[in-house]
Amino acid sequence: MLLSLMIFIPLLGMVAVLLLPRESEELVKRVTLLITLIPLALAVALFISYDRSAAGTQYVVNVPWISAFNIQYHVGIDGLSVTLLLLTALLGPICVIASWRNIEKGIKAYMALFLLLETGMLGFFASLDLFLFYVFFELTLLPMYFLIGVWGGPRREYAAIKFFLYTLFGSVLMLVAMIAVYLSSGAPGARTFDIPTLITLASTQGHALNNLDFQIWVFLGFFIGFAVKVPIFPFHTWLPDAHVEAPTAISVILAGILLKMGTYGLVRINMAMFPQGMDFFCNGTGTWGNSLALLGFINIVYGSFCALAQTDFKKLVAYSSIGHMGFVILGLAARNTEGVTGAILQMFNHGVISGMLFLLVGVLYDRAHHREINGFGGLGAKMPVYTGITTLAFMASLGLPGLSGFVGEALSLLGAYDKFKMLTILSTIGIVVGAAYFLWTLQRVFLGTLNPKYEALPEINGREILTLAPLAILTIVLGVWPNFAIDMFRESVTNLVNILQAI
Amino acid sequence: MQPLSNIESLLYFIPELLLVIFAIAVILVDLGVKNRESATVAYLSLVGVGCVFAAVLITHAQLGDKTAVSLFLGMIRLDTFSTFFKILLLLATAATILFSLRSEELDARLKGEYYALLLAISLGMFLMASSTNLLMIFISLETVSLTSYILAGFLTHNPRSSEAAFKYITFGAVASGTMLFGLSFLFGMTGTGDLGQISTRLTELLAAGEVYSLAVLIAIIFVLAGVGYKIASVPFHMWSPDVYEGAPIPITAFLSVASKSAGFALFIRFFYSGFSSAEVMQSVDWTLMLAIVSALTMTVGNLAALPQQNVKRLLAYSSIAHGGYLLMGGVLLTSEGIGAILFYLVVYLFMNLGAFYVVVLIANEEGSEMVDGYRGLASRAPLVAGAMAIFLFSLTGIPPFAGFFGKWLLFAAVLEQGYYWLAFVGLLNSVVSLYYYARIVKAMYLEDSDEETTQSSFSTGTFALLSVFVIPTILIGFLNIFYTLSNISVSVIPMQ
Repeated sequence: MLLSLMIFIPLLGMVAVLLLPRESEELVKRVTLLITLIPLALAVALFISYDRSAAGTQYVVNVPWISAFNIQYHVGIDGLSVTLLLLTALLGPICVIASWRNIEKGIKAYMALFLLLETGMLGFFASLDLFLFYVFFELTLLPMYFLIGVWGGPRREYAAIKFFLYTLFGSVLMLVAMIAVYLSSGAPGARTFDIPTLITLASTQGHALNNLDFQIWVFLGFFIGFAVKVPIFPFHTWLPDAHVEAPTAISVILAGILLKMGTYGLVRINMAMFPQGMDFFCNGTGTWGNSLALLGFINIVYGSFCALAQTDFKKLVAYSSIGHMGFVILGLAARNTEGVTGAILQMFNHGVISGMLFLLVGVLYDRAHHREINGFGGLGAKMPVYTGITTLAFMASLGLPGLSGFVGEALSLLGAYDKFKMLTILSTIGIVVGAAYFLWTLQRVFLGTLNPKYEALPEINGREILTLAPLAILTIVLGVWPNFAIDMFRESVTNLVNILQAI
Repeated sequence: MQPLSNIESLLYFIPELLLVIFAIAVILVDLGVKNRESATVAYLSLVGVGCVFAAVLITHAQLGDKTAVSLFLGMIRLDTFSTFFKILLLLATAATILFSLRSEELDARLKGEYYALLLAISLGMFLMASSTNLLMIFISLETVSLTSYILAGFLTHNPRSSEAAFKYITFGAVASGTMLFGLSFLFGMTGTGDLGQISTRLTELLAAGEVYSLAVLIAIIFVLAGVGYKIASVPFHMWSPDVYEGAPIPITAFLSVASKSAGFALFIRFFYSGFSSAEVMQSVDWTLMLAIVSALTMTVGNLAALPQQNVKRLLAYSSIAHGGYLLMGGVLLTSEGIGAILFYLVVYLFMNLGAFYVVVLIANEEGSEMVDGYRGLASRAPLVAGAMAIFLFSLTGIPPFAGFFGKWLLFAAVLEQGYYWLAFVGLLNSVVSLYYYARIVKAMYLEDSDEETTQSSFSTGTFALLSVFVIPTILIGFLNIFYTLSNISVSVIPMQ
């Protein structure tokens, strides 16, 4: 009940916001903020009350929905989903505050769409029925299309439709795979979309789902759907466009949550439901045995080098995201406790850190109205607080020990080294390049002589600090005390690794 | 089941009789109406549709425990399947009358004939949905076609409309002729016009080797020409963009929904009860042919829709594409597939009529049917733009709108039969279709109007009618009843 409340409160909030008068913009913002605080409170409550020693799903609600096809409204949380739910609920109010001043037109529609997006994301992470999972997955598409397309930058139309087409292409392949799984799950009448049931069936000897060929094909269907979201090379080209054009808060959501939907899907569906398919692509032997790890490696190195070449601050952060998601893929490909733990931790950390980075880019853009890295210089003296927070975010992102980024990446690499020695060693190039582009950016923007144009640039204000502070605190806390998060999903990971090793 | 005699049948034929009575009444009343601007006849025909609706329900209730009755010595059949389509067709007719009331392009002097013809075409479609005899099938098809030709050419001052009617009639004549030839083949081979007996006879003859399966295949192909022309499937689709563009918008909406639904009703009944026995399916391999037609229809429709600037023409091509999606469900004649078609037709009725209603509104307001006319609609009329966006995304098949659930059923039915390539073609087509639907959304939301933005004023009635289409488009997928309804309707068709 608590969980359903959390998912649907933003949806009800959307209706409430739409009913408010168009002129009262302040009221709209306040109401939206209030609404997004409720899921946050609920997420914190779930986070605290979640039984960390149990491996199964908790807070389960399971009621029939479309009984003709055994589709259920089945939601519940395990350690992985509760972590991502917390991240989603946390970024909600932060993004509302971040949109406070810089959304100029149609604030009511903007907030309403944002709330719809939040329902989609929360529902996605809580779904335990494949059909429901898909519906929520797609539900995020529409609001995102409008949020980028209406409130974005100069090339917003192109970016929005590109994002939409790419994701839809991925998800229709996923739809085929989903129907195939449903049809193979049993005799007519006994078919099911229930994720836990399907996971059990897929590891039952002799069941149609427990077949290598079948698993490889459906694995691919789901994989492409999720790979577009992550994004995994070569499906990544929508991301820089979407990020550059999206308004700040939407970039935060895009990097913080939407990319995680891809990796979450990989864990929840591809790994847990198709362990044999996963094995085929990750066992290190045969033509395809290294493919997933190889994709992770390409993401890391390619993303990092692309980031190094950028002169647009936001594009740099966008490409760095591609690089950092590579660590998640690499960690998952390892299929051991360290790798998977690292990957999940990296998902959470990347959500926090990239959220910070995009907010920081937004702060600068709101003042200077451009993002050209070479156009700044010497801001350190002008905006010391801003410089401090940016440095913290950069350091966290490049993986400085003591900050959260380090733990996730280190664990992912540790896990992967066990299975893919050469690729792991080569992947560390990404870390070096990552340090290079962040430090170089730091130097170009904050050090040196101040560009006289920015003599009067105001320091970061209280509202902006309010959006950054919770994320900065989390970065430090998770850096020194990663078990704070790892404890949450330790049992779920053990469970998953058991499934993966049982084949 | 013993067919009822002519007199006994009349009791079950009340809805059709009422349609005839109201069509005549509309013409007579129109003679007496002095004021040409008056909407009396339109309301009279609405009342007529309401009465027929009630009659359909009452007549269906008369069935009682029986699943079906065969009327007029086996000419037509009343069952849940035909009632399902009658309700669907009446909804489309009612919507068309309401659109026509609000549309400003129709000639006020010709109102009487216009509404009378609308009721007449409904009669023809009722018969299409219930015919079980080759003769009746052809007559009902012709009733619908002939009335459609007149309605498509109803904008007498507009040369495009006349062109539409002329193209329609030329194509139509060829298609009906071909179909009639095919029907005569069937009659010649089996010696009967009754679909049930044709099925039995064909099975026997094929088993005994007394007919060539090639002859049966040719007969099927010829019949498909007539049916394919009604549902605008490739290669019999050429008429539809021109006709849809030239005809008055309400008629375009009507043809794209009602005519297609009736075509599918005929298609399903004809093939499902005539040719679905295992022997026939085995010796006459027409499923692959249907699969190819389906794939081509959606691909051609979608690709041709991509560059369109005229929204009416764009929706015409999109409607061809939807015919292709619907055909997927019919490829293997499984009950899941047919159920999916019926479900999709319900969804399609609401979302497509809704989209056309917005086209009517914009045409009235802007005098334009071009995509450019939709620019800045979101700021001029947010509710109308929102509704249009919902219709378009539903047509694309994006959850949570009903179009997604419909497509899901169709794809599931196809995949279940192992036609993977067809499902892939269908899904890729959905992605392609997003591009052109999104162009309209883009114009409405992402672009600003050239002129100063003035708030458009639409009446409360407009919004009420709009919500009649919006609400089902959002809700149908979430409600069990529609799935059940389509399955029941399928279960009553006799399958061999």
